[in-house]
Amino acid sequence: MNFLQNRKALGWGMVALLPVVSTGAYAQGAVTPEYRWLTFLVFAVIIALTMYVTYVAAKRVKSASDFYTAGGGVTGLQNGWAIAGDYLSAASFLGIAGLISQYGYDGFMYSVGWLVAYITVLLVIAEPCRNIGRYTLSDILAYRNNPRAMRIVGAISVITVSTFYLTAQMVGGGVLVKTLIGIDYEISVIAVGVLMLAYVLFGGMVATTWVQIIKAILLVAASIILVILVWLPYGFSLPAFLQDVVNDPKVQAKVASLLGDPAKNMSAAELGQRFLEPGLYFKAPIDQISLGMALVFGTAGLPHILMRFFTVPTAQQARKSVLWAMAIIGGFYVLTLFLGFGAAKLVGPAAIASIDAGGNMAAPLLAQYLGGGANSFMGNFMLAFVSAVAFATIVAVVAGLVLAAASAIAHDLYVGVYHGGDTVPPQQQVRAARIATVIVGAMAITIGIAAKGQNVAHLVALAFAVAASANFPCVLLTLYWKRCNTGGIVLGMIVGTVAAVGLTLVSPNVTYPKAVREASAKVFAGEAAKREDIVTRLASADPEVVKGAQVEQGALDKAVQKAKDDVAKVEGKERSLVGLEAPLFTLKNPGIISIPLGFLAVLLGSLLFRDRRSEELWPEVYARQNTGILASKATAH
Amino acid sequence: MAGPPNIDWNAVIADPRFQTLHRKKQGFLTGLMVFSVVFYFLLPIGAAYFQELFKMRVWGVINFGLVFALTEFVVAWLVAFYYSQRAGGEFDRLAREIAADYEKGTVTP
Repeated sequence: MNFLQNRKALGWGMVALLPVVSTGAYAQGAVTPEYRWLTFLVFAVIIALTMYVTYVAAKRVKSASDFYTAGGGVTGLQNGWAIAGDYLSAASFLGIAGLISQYGYDGFMYSVGWLVAYITVLLVIAEPCRNIGRYTLSDILAYRNNPRAMRIVGAISVITVSTFYLTAQMVGGGVLVKTLIGIDYEISVIAVGVLMLAYVLFGGMVATTWVQIIKAILLVAASIILVILVWLPYGFSLPAFLQDVVNDPKVQAKVASLLGDPAKNMSAAELGQRFLEPGLYFKAPIDQISLGMALVFGTAGLPHILMRFFTVPTAQQARKSVLWAMAIIGGFYVLTLFLGFGAAKLVGPAAIASIDAGGNMAAPLLAQYLGGGANSFMGNFMLAFVSAVAFATIVAVVAGLVLAAASAIAHDLYVGVYHGGDTVPPQQQVRAARIATVIVGAMAITIGIAAKGQNVAHLVALAFAVAASANFPCVLLTLYWKRCNTGGIVLGMIVGTVAAVGLTLVSPNVTYPKAVREASAKVFAGEAAKREDIVTRLASADPEVVKGAQVEQGALDKAVQKAKDDVAKVEGKERSLVGLEAPLFTLKNPGIISIPLGFLAVLLGSLLFRDRRSEELWPEVYARQNTGILASKATAH
Repeated sequence: MAGPPNIDWNAVIADPRFQTLHRKKQGFLTGLMVFSVVFYFLLPIGAAYFQELFKMRVWGVINFGLVFALTEFVVAWLVAFYYSQRAGGEFDRLAREIAADYEKGTVTP
């Protein structure tokens, strides 16, 4: 009965969404106005497909197990695609291709950690978690430690990590949709939020899984098509392709502008070759190692990724799903090598940065170029397709995050803590989960709108850092260390979270008014000389030189405007958010300090406190996580 | 939360087959994990401190650094494949044997 009402509501939800998308006020976007209908058409097709899946899925969601874990009935192959869909956020799809297009080698090097992370997931996390877990991260911790304490600290950590990640996705999504098709930022955020709510609310994990699978397939298909178009002219020869990238004057000009003075003594060939060498983006090796640690250990502690392992029936299927996920995710990052370098060669780093300073538009602009350019039908169709995929990407990731946060509220806090382990009827559990979903969804939209214009890129790294410093040590030691107990987990969760967040608050990630003013002053000081140089080149007889100078002029205008805006933002302020004039902690990524601190806290806490239950249940936890005895009964309820 | 009382978990972990599984798995997982993490960090460390090596051209414009970064992908896949072969064969067989023996006595609700 209940689901019939859901389906009706879903239909109305879809109707309600239409005006949101179609009546938005438009600003300038990458898609030219006469082709905007095409973009909406592609968007509509993808949304209709995912909505149909949700409609079908809504029939199958009857119990809490259906809502949180699709009843444990997902296969390894399906889950592998869903993990890829859950994980390949806009940050990795658009961000890494963009980084490669702007900084060459360093961008590609950055992508490696995102794949290696799954080794940790595969070797020590996926199978044991499947064997003893149920719906949430706290379920694993609560198995042998004090359930009430575990549910409280676990839920706090899950909500913290998800909120950081969610904020970055919502803000990134709003900016992305605005940049691509020119819909207002607020409307973009609301559209992402409402769509995601429709999937999760009605279809629970079943719909979320299928939305993630569809998105991952579209993403991989789009990338393969683009890579074929980029690489085919070179007969699929890697050296020939990269040789052409190195020879490209646009790439050489970008390297010259990145290097500054030292570039003056370098030949064009040397400048081009430099694009394939490390060091254009990452200047602080320790910081980069710190980031690598957060990625490699943090992925295994991300609640929305962990939750995916409860959707498969056995440890063997969990293992299989990681293998598929690694093949898809790794294959995708290898493709981004071609997307990034292809965009640098064909579109040009400066032209990409002129649309979005971070380079995030590299893949969409490459698609437009390959289709025939800004004024062609195919060019705009390809741009529309990639934009729609990017939009689906954000919605799918957001859906996974909201589900993870909602399960922490409904399953851990409401059922586990408030009802204290009493039996709660299934209908009531599902209702609690749906109410929690609406709360988290509304929160995501509110934060997304409130954080407009904020630099949230570092929040993804922070989410990984908290997951690596708090969740990962706690889950790992609960599963593998005999002496681990409630005291250790509570201390570990607190110390890990506080260390990661605290160090970030006193790091260079936060705005320091003095530093902003100094950086802007530098831009203003260099402006005159650059203008002079551009004016000289604008007078050149060579149209290529003039074109390059025009692009640089646009970029300079943007940089100066940004510097002015930055100064205006810190007007009258002397100290950062936490009252500092300069960073106390010089690294941008706290992982290298906070991860060892998290582990140390679990060790110390466990040795200082005593907990009979943790000790008594150790044989059971250890036997079950290794052998899967009664694993099928762990999902039954 | 606690499992059915009729499984003696202490007996399971004292079972010689479980001990064998535990010993083999622990050594294998630790070794593979340490190798993977060390191999991964060779990339940022190499890119920062062994720039001359990373800039050395090995195939047309392709340098050692690019080849090494691509190797990271291949090694990650090989580690995953190697693990799944080992786990899917020996470990799963032992785990199934133990699980089957101890579950036999349980009454399913």
